[in-house]
Amino acid sequence: MEGATLSLEGIRAGYGDFQALFDVGLKVSPGEAVGVVGPNGAGKTTLLRVISGMLRPKAGTARFGSTDIAATPAHMLPGIGIAHVPENRRLFPHLTVEENLKVGAYIPAARRRYAEREAYVFDMFPRLKERRHQLAGTMSGGEQQMCAIGRALMSSPRILLLDEPSAGLAPLVVAQVFALVQRIRAEGLTVLIVEQNVAQVLRVVDRAYVLDAGHVVAEGSSAALASDPKIRSAFLGGH
Amino acid sequence: MIRAAIALLAVLAALPLFGLPEYFLHLGIATMLSAVACTGWAMMGRFGLVSFGHGAFIGIAAYTMALLWNYAGLTPWIGLPAGVALGMAAAALLAYPCFRLRVVGHYFALVTLAAGEIVRILIVALRNITGGSLGMTPRLSPDNALAAMQLGKHGFWWLAVLVWAFALLTWWWIDRSMSARALTAISEDEDAAASIGIRVTREKMMITLISAGFAALGGALGAQYRLYLNPESLAGIGISLQIVFGALAGGMYSMLGPTVGAAFTIALEETLRVSFGTAFIGAAPLVYGVLLVLFILFLPRGIVGWFERRR
Repeated sequence: MEGATLSLEGIRAGYGDFQALFDVGLKVSPGEAVGVVGPNGAGKTTLLRVISGMLRPKAGTARFGSTDIAATPAHMLPGIGIAHVPENRRLFPHLTVEENLKVGAYIPAARRRYAEREAYVFDMFPRLKERRHQLAGTMSGGEQQMCAIGRALMSSPRILLLDEPSAGLAPLVVAQVFALVQRIRAEGLTVLIVEQNVAQVLRVVDRAYVLDAGHVVAEGSSAALASDPKIRSAFLGGH
Repeated sequence: MIRAAIALLAVLAALPLFGLPEYFLHLGIATMLSAVACTGWAMMGRFGLVSFGHGAFIGIAAYTMALLWNYAGLTPWIGLPAGVALGMAAAALLAYPCFRLRVVGHYFALVTLAAGEIVRILIVALRNITGGSLGMTPRLSPDNALAAMQLGKHGFWWLAVLVWAFALLTWWWIDRSMSARALTAISEDEDAAASIGIRVTREKMMITLISAGFAALGGALGAQYRLYLNPESLAGIGISLQIVFGALAGGMYSMLGPTVGAAFTIALEETLRVSFGTAFIGAAPLVYGVLLVLFILFLPRGIVGWFERRR
């Protein structure tokens, strides 16, 4: 499948009376790696939930290629190429690694290419191959994150949404996970990554949006953001 | 494996030809038909969809079949599938709103519990046509026994073997399908399952309908075999919990578990009936209750599950 552009315009979304996103716009072109950074409670996860169809926006448009995300049932979105690695990984702990990958290939298009996709994922994460018969819930946090990314890759996505891949992991493991993200994007996959770990994420993405209290407060190339004094003082602990 | 299964079926099918005592055949038929209902229940139970209302589907199927025969003269060979279909329709009507509104776990169990009771109360209330609490008997038709599905022990034995094998085959087939994995995923984390494209409601509906269908089939055939229908034994809490008990006792995670559980339940029932008779009303529920607690505490995967683990 060829690439498609993800574009959000004027997105408002929230939970009940609570509004988490205010007129958020965002664009990810095919082959790009884009980050969304910001403090806790800025609305980052809400934004990803809108993109993966888990939450319906109250206003605004969200499109992936020619598909109107807001008008498509969530379970159809993996079929058009959106794969979401949710916050805290959300693996199926009592299924083995291999079974987790199998359900990752649930959509009909992916079932047909199962062997090929599994080989691809095992090639990318040799550790998962070693542990294929182990229950996913018994692995370390880093291995579980690999398994969650592997599960998402099973559906041959066109865009990979990563929600806080570094959450709860040791610094060394965080570096490994980001190295993997870099490898995935080097293979041409479009990546949208949401992170609190601003310093790390700016090293692997091309551009980033800074989200604060539901508003996009800054956007630009990684290099520009990393050297922006305001961003540095707010997120990077710089002076 | 497949050869062993066919050999076992052949032996089972040949058994009545050896002049076994009627009582043995009776126990066998009762066990197999009850096993069909328990296996059906476990098909969804093992994925965390716990229903306390499978009696509702049995009651609907059995009474539909018998009423069609008695009042319209429609043969049970058509009435039974019609009844099972109606039972499955009731399951769909009950389950769809639950799944859409995400009524899960204990709440789902409570909703189904109510459903079983509603059907029982309805049967009692419509006493003019159903005979109410006194029950009803299908009109006997000795001249036309085959068309009336009044087959006697041998005929019902073969019918029971057939239906039981069909239930196990369905289990085996589900186990090998993507749906089994999808349902396990759903039972662990519904949101994560939806996020990878699993059609949560559809998968749950499918397994619920199959499960209700087998419970209805086994239960209604049991009524036709006994030629007696009673709201207490075909709908409501009593029968619903008995099915759950069988599935739990045998082990709902193994293909043969519910069958072993059904055999255990029938054996227990007969023992209690012979040893207590009517001397101690309430002995059976008490024993069931105590055993259920013991099973959940010490054999959470049931009798078959325990053997599988030891192997």
